[in-house]
Amino acid sequence: MSPARTAGHWLISFTRYLGDLTLLAAETLRGIFHGQVRMRLIVQQIYEIGYRSQLVVLITGAFTGAVFATQTFFQFHRLQMDTAVGPVVSVSMFRELGPVLCGLMVAGRVGAAMSAELGTMKVTEQIDALRALGVHPIDYLVIPRFIAMLISMPLLTMECIAIGIVAAYLVATQVLGVSEVYYLDNMLYFTGSRDVAMGLIKGMVFGILIVFVSCHQGLNAREGAVGVGRATTEAVVVGSLFLLVVNFFLTMTLNIFFPAGK
Amino acid sequence: MSQHFHRKETIAVDSLVQTIGGQEILRGFSLKVYEGETLVLLGRSGGGKSVFLRHLIGLMKPVAGTISYEGKDIAVLEERELAPVRRSMGILFQNGALFDSMNVGDNVAFPLREHGETDEKLIADKVRKALAMVDLSGQEHKMPVNLSGGMRKRVALARALISEPRCMLYDEPTAGLDPIVADSIDVLIRRLQRRLGVTSIVVTHDMKSAFAIADHIALLHQGMCYFYGTCDQLRESTDPVIRDFVEGRSHEVP
Repeated sequence: MSPARTAGHWLISFTRYLGDLTLLAAETLRGIFHGQVRMRLIVQQIYEIGYRSQLVVLITGAFTGAVFATQTFFQFHRLQMDTAVGPVVSVSMFRELGPVLCGLMVAGRVGAAMSAELGTMKVTEQIDALRALGVHPIDYLVIPRFIAMLISMPLLTMECIAIGIVAAYLVATQVLGVSEVYYLDNMLYFTGSRDVAMGLIKGMVFGILIVFVSCHQGLNAREGAVGVGRATTEAVVVGSLFLLVVNFFLTMTLNIFFPAGK
Repeated sequence: MSQHFHRKETIAVDSLVQTIGGQEILRGFSLKVYEGETLVLLGRSGGGKSVFLRHLIGLMKPVAGTISYEGKDIAVLEERELAPVRRSMGILFQNGALFDSMNVGDNVAFPLREHGETDEKLIADKVRKALAMVDLSGQEHKMPVNLSGGMRKRVALARALISEPRCMLYDEPTAGLDPIVADSIDVLIRRLQRRLGVTSIVVTHDMKSAFAIADHIALLHQGMCYFYGTCDQLRESTDPVIRDFVEGRSHEVP
């Protein structure tokens, strides 16, 4: 096949994929507006997505904050700007590192679990059984996950950011010898609600992205165990890549509304 | 057969066409099922019987043809519009298709809870009765993964029957069951028809079971309805395709 043809095929399947995701999102919103919301399932999913992801997210946040503080300190120390570590770490945790790393961890942990569960249900006819019992699979499976993610993801993101900042503070002040007062003062001076808003919005958008990518992969799984395996891998890979690409455009857009810096 | 002429058609399928992976599975299949009768659909493995059954409950859309259920064309309905139709029907999947995240009791109670029943005492009572009907009393707390194939199938049957459907679709209900349980399923299908007037369509290979429960038998052969008639008409038929099927002959030499 010629390169142009290959590129054309790729473009068509990518556009179709985006269309599928959009239709899934539209059907989910339609279900919510039809009142097909099951509280018990939402709580269950908040437990699965939010509560059980905490350890992963906290460890990621803490060590990212710590290592980021260390590296920044090594650079800034030469310029005698030790206390700039605080604002640099906190602003980047809020605006980029927190949401992105938290999103990637959730895409790995929750996205994989979602697509594997839905994929298994698909190949064992459980989704057909739902439909046959007069229950729309999107109402029963996607809506609870979507709402749970919408609630959990901003909270997880904030946890990730908070522990990262705390870890950075401890490493910088207790290990590297930066002055506590100046560190805190500088950090608070340069960090504002605009940074918090950006972190929250990004977290939420990434959460939505992960839900739809993972559920779409799961609901379209085919060919038994191999299909479920493929769906799970693709959910994590596509989810993570999407997240990184969307993050760039989100940064550019959100920077208009919440410009960085004082 | 004349006894059915005054009866209403519950299901009328006309010229159904379906292709899967470029292969034509159904080529203008037509069939009528009358209210309150049991129709047995016979056919070779992979011949499209299960595919046909899935059309009747809207799980698949035909390429061409119409499917009318209680006078309404369901082939043109959207997923959400199908829900009320599906609630008056039940289907038993070949391998049960139980929800493996729920125990037996919750599986059987699922249709009741989903259709808005909140009285847990009433649900528990109905679940107990439904499980007793399939000879699985007291198994509410087991998980599907710990059940044998036959038990899973019977739990699935209890789940399909709990909302008292007017029409039941069975996909090989007795396959993989021991002869005694298979017979009890046949008796159950018969009993549902006699006592509650449930219309049933049973897809099977099991000739003994077919003769035990059928009012009418249809043979799906090469994507079309090759034979339609009563059990006696099938037994007396001299058509070689039918004879081979009824007597289980492959014409292969060992």
